[in-house]
Amino acid sequence: MVARIIPEPIRRNFPGLIALIFSLLFCRPSLVLAQESPYIVTYDHYLEEPGSLEVEYFSTFGTQRGGNDFDAFWTEFEYGATAWWTTELYVDGQTTFNDSTIFTGFRVENRFRLLQREHLVNPVLYIEYEQTSGADKILKEVEGHDVESDYADSNAVLRKEHDHELEMKLLLSSTFKGWNVAVNPIVTKNLLPSEPWEFAYAVGASRPLALKASPTRCNFCLENFIAGMEMYGGLGDTQSAGLHDTSHYLAPVVAWNLPSDWTFRLSSGFGLNDNSHRLLLRWGISREFSGFGEVVGRLFGGRP
Amino acid sequence: MKAPFALFRPAGGVGPVIIASVVVISVFGTRLAMAQKEDAAARRNRKSTYAALAEAPERASEKKNPFEGDTQAVAAGGKLFEQHCADCHGSKAGGTRQGPSLLREEVQQATPGTMFWILSNGVVRRGMPVWSKLPEQERWQIVTFLQSLKIQSVTHNQ
Repeated sequence: MVARIIPEPIRRNFPGLIALIFSLLFCRPSLVLAQESPYIVTYDHYLEEPGSLEVEYFSTFGTQRGGNDFDAFWTEFEYGATAWWTTELYVDGQTTFNDSTIFTGFRVENRFRLLQREHLVNPVLYIEYEQTSGADKILKEVEGHDVESDYADSNAVLRKEHDHELEMKLLLSSTFKGWNVAVNPIVTKNLLPSEPWEFAYAVGASRPLALKASPTRCNFCLENFIAGMEMYGGLGDTQSAGLHDTSHYLAPVVAWNLPSDWTFRLSSGFGLNDNSHRLLLRWGISREFSGFGEVVGRLFGGRP
Repeated sequence: MKAPFALFRPAGGVGPVIIASVVVISVFGTRLAMAQKEDAAARRNRKSTYAALAEAPERASEKKNPFEGDTQAVAAGGKLFEQHCADCHGSKAGGTRQGPSLLREEVQQATPGTMFWILSNGVVRRGMPVWSKLPEQERWQIVTFLQSLKIQSVTHNQ
């Protein structure tokens, strides 16, 4: 019965798929060092290396006035399709304390590098489709008139609302003398015709703690740490643009890129006005699998 | 007059020899032609692969390597190469299916400034990402390591 449900190409390559899953879980770390930026909300213009898969897990602990604190989490699968195109899948969930743990939706995102070479400002087009419930609390972006009180209800109430959104960002980013500065104007449209276009922003600046590599392989060298700051918030919508009834956050961020492919990120976001959560404490762990595309290609009959 | 199929008689004669010769020549000829075709394609591919080196602006290619001859920079560059470049270009920079050899004369004769420019800008249309996310000094360390490969190969030949 199960065998009939699984498509033929997958059934034929089943041992290979099992091997792939095992290799993802247990394979020896390669020597590739992920050089990930510390941002959690802001995007710079660097895409995933072609053929590499990055698996990321993030968690956001948020305080909630007038409700229960929560821990929202998401998993990202980020794949470098080409040197100018990265595609990504997010799966979201959350636990609201003294309430419940629920799956809250998924997002599919694509980033396209618009210029072939490096320039003073490098634009990347970001397009995302998301299908989430009102209980989604990952706060990956804060849009329009999103405010803290929107999240105060119980999960049973919040999950009744369903959002189908299209989100577009223009990722503008520049790197100079080790500093990266990124600015992301954001536009979001709920696909219901009655809903307005919403606006938001995210900006960030970061720098590695050392600009020169040491001659030996090390975990705790300063060159492996990148620190910075990001700020993000809503800018209203087409019916009522502006800063009133919007929330904003300022968050110091740090990333630790280990030689074994792992990256840890930490960010503590502080709400900047009364509409914001007082604290959004975020952390993330990610691992890059270089050559993933080639391994998958071979499993499905690609050239060795 | 012999029947048309007389050549195929197993009794012997020159027939089987001619047939075998034709088959052998055809097979080898085809393979030779294919190999030449592949060679020509590979040459064209190599030419276009390394063509990006010629795209570096003059000002960029004239830049001097601040770490030239620095053995510490060679070691650091080797470490960075292993971490960021070896997956595509091979652990000894000899190239893989993903990325070309960096030991070829096209690369080894390029100026340090040209190598730095390629590292910073990538060759996006051919799959090499931009590496400006590495700080400038780290990119120069990688260039220093790549330059040291030329010195090593010259020493080895002597």
